[in-house]
Amino acid sequence: MNNIRKNKIKDQTFKALGMLFTFFGISILVILIYNILRVGFTRISWDFITSLPSRKPEEAGIYTAIIGTLDLMLLTVIFAIPIGVGAGIYLEEYSKKSKLSSLLEINISNLAGVPSIIYGLLGLGIFVRYFNFGGSILAGSLTLSLLILPIIIVATREAIKAVPPSLKEASFALGASKWQTISSVVLPSSFGGIITGIILSLSRAIGETAPLIVVGAMAYVPFVPQSLFDAFSVLPMQIYNWTTRPQEGFAVAASAAIIILLLITFIMNGIAVYFRNRWQKKLK
Amino acid sequence: MKIKEKLIELILKLCASITILTTIGIIAVLLFESISFFRSVSIFEFLTATEWTPLFSEKHFGILALLSGTFLTAAIAIAVALPIGLTIAIYLNMYAPKGFRKTLKPFLEILAAIPTVVYGFFALSIVTPFLQNIYPDLETFNALSAGIVMGIMIIPFISSLSEDALFAVPKTLKLAAFGMGSTRFQTAFKVMVPAASSGIIVSVILAISRAIGETMIVAIAAGQQAQFTLDPTIPIQTITSYIVQVSSGDAPQGSLEYQTIFAAGLTLFLFTFSLNTISFWIKKKYQEKYE
Repeated sequence: MNNIRKNKIKDQTFKALGMLFTFFGISILVILIYNILRVGFTRISWDFITSLPSRKPEEAGIYTAIIGTLDLMLLTVIFAIPIGVGAGIYLEEYSKKSKLSSLLEINISNLAGVPSIIYGLLGLGIFVRYFNFGGSILAGSLTLSLLILPIIIVATREAIKAVPPSLKEASFALGASKWQTISSVVLPSSFGGIITGIILSLSRAIGETAPLIVVGAMAYVPFVPQSLFDAFSVLPMQIYNWTTRPQEGFAVAASAAIIILLLITFIMNGIAVYFRNRWQKKLK
Repeated sequence: MKIKEKLIELILKLCASITILTTIGIIAVLLFESISFFRSVSIFEFLTATEWTPLFSEKHFGILALLSGTFLTAAIAIAVALPIGLTIAIYLNMYAPKGFRKTLKPFLEILAAIPTVVYGFFALSIVTPFLQNIYPDLETFNALSAGIVMGIMIIPFISSLSEDALFAVPKTLKLAAFGMGSTRFQTAFKVMVPAASSGIIVSVILAISRAIGETMIVAIAAGQQAQFTLDPTIPIQTITSYIVQVSSGDAPQGSLEYQTIFAAGLTLFLFTFSLNTISFWIKKKYQEKYE
């Protein structure tokens, strides 16, 4: 009898601990968001979004950073999506179970685990120095593209895997070629999954700071990039720079910029979840 | 028609081979600059000296000073994330009502979606002052608060991946344990966790790899002083935050300072590469076990 009671107590204690830790995780999230809102919310205004960075914390804004982020994301989308989706299609539909395909697989899984700062060193060595793009928005977006490629490839493969084989077989039976089947049957029905992966990868890219510092993104850029070879700043870079300044005013500005960055990140994640749910329902 | 099909296949193949080129590029860039670096600095000094001062007039190149900081913060992070993450995984899998699990998991995963620069700011402006209330000798920049916040960041890695592993354990095992009168606690620790151990180990290895490669939290909150120490209350420097420090300045190409970040990067890459490879093989073996 005593043993049973002891076991029951253990069981209940662990349950309480589990609830406590789960609650702890959620409450950290709440504390983080609450504190940042408390410090930064009053600083957010139209002026904050449309002002250039400044040495005076009260006047500093995020105009160049936010335009830089948008430009960088646009370029990253242009480079990374076709290559990532293409590679995903190849791995799932073309490559047989050969040595090459298992090598590709190990390689992609490894790339997904390479720290982002190493991608920064890659970008510095190849794009900034070897191709002589300098610390430009082109070098930055190429670096980020390589960084998110594994995420897009894995998501594309998962999405294609989920397409029922009967659909493909029906298409082949109608005499469609392989590419016709892929482009008019496989891709449309895996679209929801692929787009989810793409949005999630971009939400990762938008918060990346380390590789861009290495590639040469700057905190103080008094102009908006006009060409691919211009210097650039991005939102996380601006936040990092402000957190390293001693004046209290910059901590407030950093909080305000974090609110904007988190808003963008959460909205992107929300859209991704929406697409995933809709797509999963459709597949069923 | 046939030519078009072949051409498309070729283009797609090229897309896939860019991933191979990326790996080759990473290794080539790191090795190329590191080789120049090791022409001026002996590997023996690099691996055994305990001072890292490439930016001072008296230069020392002991990577151990950066490695100690890297492993100190990573160890603190794992000490926070492993017990919490694993308990959450077991709780969600064995105890929580079904609807609860479905809503809580994505909520926790938000923790992993927050940009790391935000966590760095959180560590410096909220966690450090909070810890200083408890322990007043804690310096403004320290490994403790950076490590704790990093641990919070990787909780969802461990909890989600471990929960997936627990979920993949055949239901019959769980039911058999219940049938013999085990409590959920006994079932969890005597049946489920051992059965899911390879998946749980993979999640922990990936979390370690993530922690030693994490950059912005340590760059913001842990300081910029390379010290060969395991004292979590003083400023330290990790491999990653050293690379950030040099990159934020303007090291001319070909200079020794410029080359040091590649030698440090190579060291980091070797560690994460080994960890990722180990986890990949465990994962492969484990998949076969259940298929």
